[in-house]
Amino acid sequence: MQAHERIGAALTAANDAGRPGLLPFITAGYPEPSEFITTLKAVAEAGDVVELGIPFSDPMADGMTIQRSSFEALRKGVSLKWIFDQLDSVQGEIDAPLVMMSYLNPLLAFGYDELAERALAAGVCGFIVPDLPFEESAELREALDARGLGLIQLVTPATPDERLRTLCEASRGFVYAVTITGITGGGASLPADLADYLDKVSGMSSIPVCAGFGIREAKDVAAVGEHANGAIVGSALVEILEKSEDPRRFLESLLG
Amino acid sequence: MSTMFAADEAKRLLDAAIRGEMPDERGRFGPFGGRYVPETLMPAFERLEAGVKEHLHEAGFQAEYRRELREWVGRPTALTYAPRLSENWGAEVWLKREDLAHTGAHKINNAIGQALLAKRLGAKRVIAETGAGQHGVASAAACARVGLPCTVYMGAVDMERQSPNVDRMHRLGAECVAVESGDKTLRAAIDEALRNWVTDPHGTYYLIGSVVGPHPYPYLVRELQAVIGEEARQQMLDQAGALPDAAFACVGGGSNAIGLFYPLLGDDVELIGVEAGGTGTGLGQNAATLATGTPGVLQGAYTIILQDDDGQVQETHSISAGLDYSGVGPEHALLQATGRVKYMSAEDDAALEALEELCAAEGILTALETSHAFAAAKEYAKENPGKKILIGNSGRGDKDMPTLTKYPARIRSHAGA
Repeated sequence: MQAHERIGAALTAANDAGRPGLLPFITAGYPEPSEFITTLKAVAEAGDVVELGIPFSDPMADGMTIQRSSFEALRKGVSLKWIFDQLDSVQGEIDAPLVMMSYLNPLLAFGYDELAERALAAGVCGFIVPDLPFEESAELREALDARGLGLIQLVTPATPDERLRTLCEASRGFVYAVTITGITGGGASLPADLADYLDKVSGMSSIPVCAGFGIREAKDVAAVGEHANGAIVGSALVEILEKSEDPRRFLESLLG
Repeated sequence: MSTMFAADEAKRLLDAAIRGEMPDERGRFGPFGGRYVPETLMPAFERLEAGVKEHLHEAGFQAEYRRELREWVGRPTALTYAPRLSENWGAEVWLKREDLAHTGAHKINNAIGQALLAKRLGAKRVIAETGAGQHGVASAAACARVGLPCTVYMGAVDMERQSPNVDRMHRLGAECVAVESGDKTLRAAIDEALRNWVTDPHGTYYLIGSVVGPHPYPYLVRELQAVIGEEARQQMLDQAGALPDAAFACVGGGSNAIGLFYPLLGDDVELIGVEAGGTGTGLGQNAATLATGTPGVLQGAYTIILQDDDGQVQETHSISAGLDYSGVGPEHALLQATGRVKYMSAEDDAALEALEELCAAEGILTALETSHAFAAAKEYAKENPGKKILIGNSGRGDKDMPTLTKYPARIRSHAGA
């Protein structure tokens, strides 16, 4: 099995157990770098696939919560290299497939070939790059493909149908369906026509579809779960970490 | 960076730029530029690109734009001979007076052009970012002129040091939003404008203020600012009898510099862009992006940026808010890499001195941004006596009074001496 196929397998296993897949997002090294592995293990036990946010100085698609966590992690010295070193140190101890969410520049600075090599060794299965549209992605995709790693495409309610088809075909691991037209952690509730949109994306995709943005409570996870294979929980979980509450209990509460 | 390309590749890219073939279909200036934006904005960028293709060079749009430049902005702006500065420096110094344009800087050329475009594209509201506040004021005025509501994002640090411009924006009917995230200057303001645009990609038009950001902005803003160089080129021929030996412009994002340089690219004129040298050469002490930066992706474009080894964008320092930016327009990155334009930097103190000298010698209070170009031109004049020098006087300095009051004037008028 290639690394990116582990993601789909984990989501399918959750669906087979009669529930939506749960994809917790944490900013790596937040709130304390020394607690990174403990936090990661806790969310990996409660979630099916874990999204690791790589801190960046200019998180232009993120709202205040994730911006704050990103700046704080950077201030405390978290870097991509540090994250890989940490992951190497717990090799084989985390079952859930890991996906890295990073803006492009830290990946570019790291170098794509070395990135793919270290990611594969560290148990990372795929990448989400919010500022890398399909048109600019050939070089990174090639480096990841060569090692069986997935480049996960985002689609949004504003994506025209033809483009939606292209993105669904290009995506590896899962298709990230952004639920709202906005940034992460916005106050808006899930849109009324969410079901139609998710059904449309699912109809075009041969791999699992996971919904993210604006998912904060058990009812959101349930609503999304009827029309997608998984739910991504980011800002709401980072807020829990910010308040030093138990991330695992919070994630378990989301599955009702 | 001039060693980035082999000589024949540099020549090929430069020739293409001179022929007007940059950017290419994918928004690239050689390797630089492109479009790195969240998926939510892709349809908006495709609409914008199609709108630019349809309207920008269409006769009706151009007639409207040129009429607004003439009757509302007050173009052409003057080309002024600077006799006492020439005498001081041992050179022949000419100033392209963008400070005389409506609202006091070159920014208005772009703002009115894009506001007209926003109207044609059916936008319901306009958002803009601003550093020194000049683009914010220009956007506020242009939006009032075409009848669109305008919201301006401005870093909290900049709001303090450019407070007169904040009041002007309010008077002109714009809402000015303080940005408290990130470095609280221009870069954070652009991030925040992009975030706001993501929430309403259909109804909102983002009126960017410089030749930065994703394609087609670097192209669109260059086309709207090229009027500076087109006028200056003809005025030099008419008034000075020849093109200049060298032309200087300050570079933050680089819109006034591109505007002045672009029409001169094919001429035998040395082109020199001047960045903010801040207080020194260390990372974080300046905003001399092209002098000390490396290639990377910031705010939608692959260009030269100030970053650390991990690809984290670094904070900058400059006495002038308008130059205080960690990136630079991708076309400047190309012009540097091909060797066509030379980029230098001037430190805070040199800029302040140049500002005082210009006030005393010619009775012109120039902007702190612009002062950097004067400081570098003065150095050039020392090493190259008797040359004809053109300086892009990009804006007036009234907005800098809160900063300038912290520095007592050292030069008294030469008249009494």
